[in-house]
Amino acid sequence: MEPRLITLNINGRSHQVALKSNVTLLRALRDLGYTDVKNGCEKGDCGACAVLLNGRAVNSCLVLAWQADGAEIVTAAGLGTVDHPHPIQEALADSGGVQCGFCIPGIVIAAKALLDRNPHPTEEEIREAISGNLCRCTGYALIVEGIRRVAESRES
Amino acid sequence: MLPEFELLMPRTLPEALEMLAQRAPDVMPIAGGTNVIPDLRGGRYRPACLVNVASLPELRGIRQEDGFLVIGGSVTMAEVLEDPIVAQFAPVLQEAAKMLASPLVRNRATVAGNLANASPAADMAPPLLALDAEVELASRESIRRVPLKDFFVHVRQTVRQPQELVTAIRFPLPPPGSRARFFKVALRKADAIAVVNGTVRVDLTENGRCQAARIALGAVAPTPLRAYEAEHVLESQPLTPKDIAEAARLAGEATRTIDDIRGSAAYRRMVTEVMVRRTLGEIAYGEGEN
Repeated sequence: MEPRLITLNINGRSHQVALKSNVTLLRALRDLGYTDVKNGCEKGDCGACAVLLNGRAVNSCLVLAWQADGAEIVTAAGLGTVDHPHPIQEALADSGGVQCGFCIPGIVIAAKALLDRNPHPTEEEIREAISGNLCRCTGYALIVEGIRRVAESRES
Repeated sequence: MLPEFELLMPRTLPEALEMLAQRAPDVMPIAGGTNVIPDLRGGRYRPACLVNVASLPELRGIRQEDGFLVIGGSVTMAEVLEDPIVAQFAPVLQEAAKMLASPLVRNRATVAGNLANASPAADMAPPLLALDAEVELASRESIRRVPLKDFFVHVRQTVRQPQELVTAIRFPLPPPGSRARFFKVALRKADAIAVVNGTVRVDLTENGRCQAARIALGAVAPTPLRAYEAEHVLESQPLTPKDIAEAARLAGEATRTIDDIRGSAAYRRMVTEVMVRRTLGEIAYGEGEN
């Protein structure tokens, strides 16, 4: 199968890449160095590979790279860095919601998608929003707490 | 790593239908990919060619048309959840969409794909069966509409031919006295495949008599099904506890359950009866009864 030249707009940067048809968006992102996007289950069960695709949180393992040609993609690292964290990233760290950290980029993306649409979610809505993101360390309590803190701090 | 395949990227529906016709039978449409990609990875099927139908303009949107609600073939679960027409006329579809997989999946998974994939446990199947939905199948040569009750053939098999595409799902707008509820029993609340799912719908007259009833069940047979005998017990009657119990019993009898990792055949059958009785009770007497 012939590679095809596509454009991926990732975290505000445009990349032209030649990819074969069977490359997933997850694989394309990691090969371009966006390794904050994690490869967990590769079947849409764990959410570790979540990114924003034209503003919606999706599992990048279930998107073919060609399907994302021309789309706007945002990864967790595109929201904030260690030096300049996004409020969601800061709150997750401060609340103790991060243990091994593998699920956190996906959780950050899911939380961002939630708060963009619903700035003041209930605890139930927070739990619902991250229900496609598996964390095997924390039991979720402190992750939920972190996201709740972001929502609260925005009220003031 | 996914197996290799040819991937065609049509820009219009006629282009897509031409590609499907030329590549059939060894071709598969892909939209959200939430079933197709795991199935390719798992080796469930290995088509030589995929046709991307996610961005065809003709398949977009939800609209009202001549007394019908029409859901385009690329409409996602997230779009169903946000749509005001669905909220007004068929909130039961939103109840089901909200319990399907996870938000990450719902942003990609399409209603058409949920039906075409033909899992016995497809969460969109019972509410759409209860709404008397039809599936619109288009090919280069023709367009046909198949009642959803005739669409499913067996586990993962439908009447759709390889060159055909599900371009829309449509159903008549329910009358004002129509009430429908979705239920789902699963091993956990989110991101779970149904042990049993279903939809109960009753169209009530002003004096509370049941004009028409629909009881649709999933994960209890090789295909989603309707419990016709249970429906007949309710029709032309007021909803009495006795009739509700009898309809629920017949709904349990309509199942052809199997044992699997999520539940035993006996449990599925019993829980079907309980959930149908409980859901009918909620419709008839309000929340918290039974």
